[in-house]
Amino acid sequence: MASSLVPSPSTSFFHTTKRCHKHASRKIYCSVAAPQQTQRTPSTTGSVKTAMTMTEKIMARASEKQQVRPGDNIWTNVDILMTHDVCGPGSIGIFKKEFGEDAKVWDREKVVIIPDHYIFTSDERANRNVDILRDFCNEQDIKYFYDIKDLSNFKANPDYKGVCHIALAQEGHCRPGEVLLGTDSHTCTAGAFGQFATGIGNTDAGFVLGAGKLLLKVPPTLRFVMDGEMPDYLLAKDLILQIIGEITVAGATYKSMEFVGSTVESLNMEERMTLCNMVVEAGGKNGVIPPDSVTYKYLEGKTSVPYESVYSDQQARFLSGYRFDVTKLEPLVAKPHSPDNRALARECKDVKINRVYIGSCTGGKTEDFMAAAKVFLASGGKKVKVPTFLVPATQKVWMDVYSLPVPGSGGKTCSQIFEEAGCDTPASPSCGACLGGPKDTYARMNEPQVCVSTTNRNFPGRMGHREGEIYLASPYTAAASALTGYVTDPREFLQ
Amino acid sequence: MAFFSSTATVPQNLTFVSSNKLSFSPSSTTSFNFVSFPSFQSKFCKTITSSPQITRAHAPPTPSTETTTASSFHGLCYVVGDNIDTDQIIPAEHLTLVPSKPDEYQKLGSFALIGLPDSYTVRFVESGETKTKYSIIIGGANFGCGSSREHAPVALGASGAAAVVAESYARIFFRNSVATGEVYPLESETRLCEECRTGDVVTVELAENRLINHTSGKEYQLKPIGDAGPVIEAGGIFAYARKTGMIPTR
Repeated sequence: MASSLVPSPSTSFFHTTKRCHKHASRKIYCSVAAPQQTQRTPSTTGSVKTAMTMTEKIMARASEKQQVRPGDNIWTNVDILMTHDVCGPGSIGIFKKEFGEDAKVWDREKVVIIPDHYIFTSDERANRNVDILRDFCNEQDIKYFYDIKDLSNFKANPDYKGVCHIALAQEGHCRPGEVLLGTDSHTCTAGAFGQFATGIGNTDAGFVLGAGKLLLKVPPTLRFVMDGEMPDYLLAKDLILQIIGEITVAGATYKSMEFVGSTVESLNMEERMTLCNMVVEAGGKNGVIPPDSVTYKYLEGKTSVPYESVYSDQQARFLSGYRFDVTKLEPLVAKPHSPDNRALARECKDVKINRVYIGSCTGGKTEDFMAAAKVFLASGGKKVKVPTFLVPATQKVWMDVYSLPVPGSGGKTCSQIFEEAGCDTPASPSCGACLGGPKDTYARMNEPQVCVSTTNRNFPGRMGHREGEIYLASPYTAAASALTGYVTDPREFLQ
Repeated sequence: MAFFSSTATVPQNLTFVSSNKLSFSPSSTTSFNFVSFPSFQSKFCKTITSSPQITRAHAPPTPSTETTTASSFHGLCYVVGDNIDTDQIIPAEHLTLVPSKPDEYQKLGSFALIGLPDSYTVRFVESGETKTKYSIIIGGANFGCGSSREHAPVALGASGAAAVVAESYARIFFRNSVATGEVYPLESETRLCEECRTGDVVTVELAENRLINHTSGKEYQLKPIGDAGPVIEAGGIFAYARKTGMIPTR
């Protein structure tokens, strides 16, 4: 075996900030003088090998193969399986039926169960579904179960987190190089950490619960290069709406979306998560962003599980590439009723709205609320003209909204700024009305209204009423729209 | 696994094969109970009982290990357009129903495609009914986009639909259809959603990758099932995994 650049054992498990071409888990011991060979990257050593993209590399490693190609169907080992209250009970049912009533999950530390969808409701079946999760976690001694029992006061539940994708990140379950599967389409959010993360259904999840692996098809990769300094009126949401508008809701079907470029590198983790979150809205299988110091800084103190980043080879082949100069972009919305119905926010300024919703895994993170607060602040004390619903994604986000000072506000918190602007009080953290939910869900659209929302989908009936009209937007655009009562470009306030 | 769990081994010749006659008897048109109407629409497994009992993914496993491959589907078709997302197939408020519980499984069926806008004047499942009279759904591009909810193909299957013939699929919906066996996901070469009308009588011949519209008299080419073929033929992901030795047999 040719020798190649191999780090010393003490660093081989830890992250490296360099573009790392070392082959995953190979150790080479040179106890005798070996013939001198030119140092070559693993992708060019040995038998003829094709360079691989990041997604291909992660899947190759997870399937214990040297090499995979797009189109290969491979048995992939799973590092983390996530499920929640909507799909968990069904997945558990299938697990028990197929593996036996007394079967045990493949690894009690790799299953993360996060109730988040229909929590603060009086719907009995919804409440029962959380009970089903609890019974299963007790029986299986699942290590990570973010339980909630007291629905009247989310803070009285120390384990409860909220929206699964944000909880996964905040609790350190997202790690570079790993394979994360979840029973939710927005599981692709975790790709921001440089891992392969995608959504699956109950049957596949039931299979993973018992087997710890799944048959997956290797996707080809679309590469999106974004360069330029991010204008101060744009957010990652605008970038992904730009992309989805460009390639349509089926433009990335069965494909991986890789986001690179100086702009991407300048985004913080939550913004990167927003970018990867809506990959599924373009039909994408997964999204990836190369890990770097921003990733490692975020991960500090969150996980003690060793991980290893992988990066696309220089010669890796991509299905196609797209290049954006972000300095030329403007704030966008996705008009009803499709995430690819892209329009400039300023061209929708005559659209009268009835309400604004700021929340969900897409637009309910700490950075999202900070962004909204920034717009309210910049308006110089204006009040919202329409009901403005705020639903922090997790307990931690809720606490940040109430404790972190907003830059330039003289020490005010987001919550104070929101209150002064006349927004609704930030609600209990959960998925909330992003997907409608039971009829008594806070902020559910029960009448045909027009809503600007920081959420991810606007198909008919998404937030409740079938004739509701949803404009998807960034937190900047949502806040600006709340202030005028019309769809509004945030530059009205930010410049 | 749904695909091939059967209440009885059914000889192949009971599968509807003739393409030139509509084989429903006059008496079965009175009620649109999916069983009495061309009964050959039950999917991968053929049931020859007249009870509404359908053998599906979530029925108790049977000792029979013989499986039968359906070679065709026949019945009325229901036509939808492009980008029919999972919220339209099964709105989120119904997701408290757990598909692996038999009674909740049936309820999901009654809500299949209830999220379609009012521009769809004919409902997939009539108000007050629990089953559909349409065995084949004809869709446009990107059918099943949106959420990963397995409740979507489950609702369609539970309602009595046997197959979907779409121009193209969203990834997770396609995967879930194959994994559950609830609906057979076929792809057409052309935009059948523009060629067929709701209520047309159609037959899908699997082996020949062909759809016949008896009402219009036209025939259409379908795409072969592709990579999902071995999984479907084995009987779903669990059966496939057992067959290939990835998980132990029971």
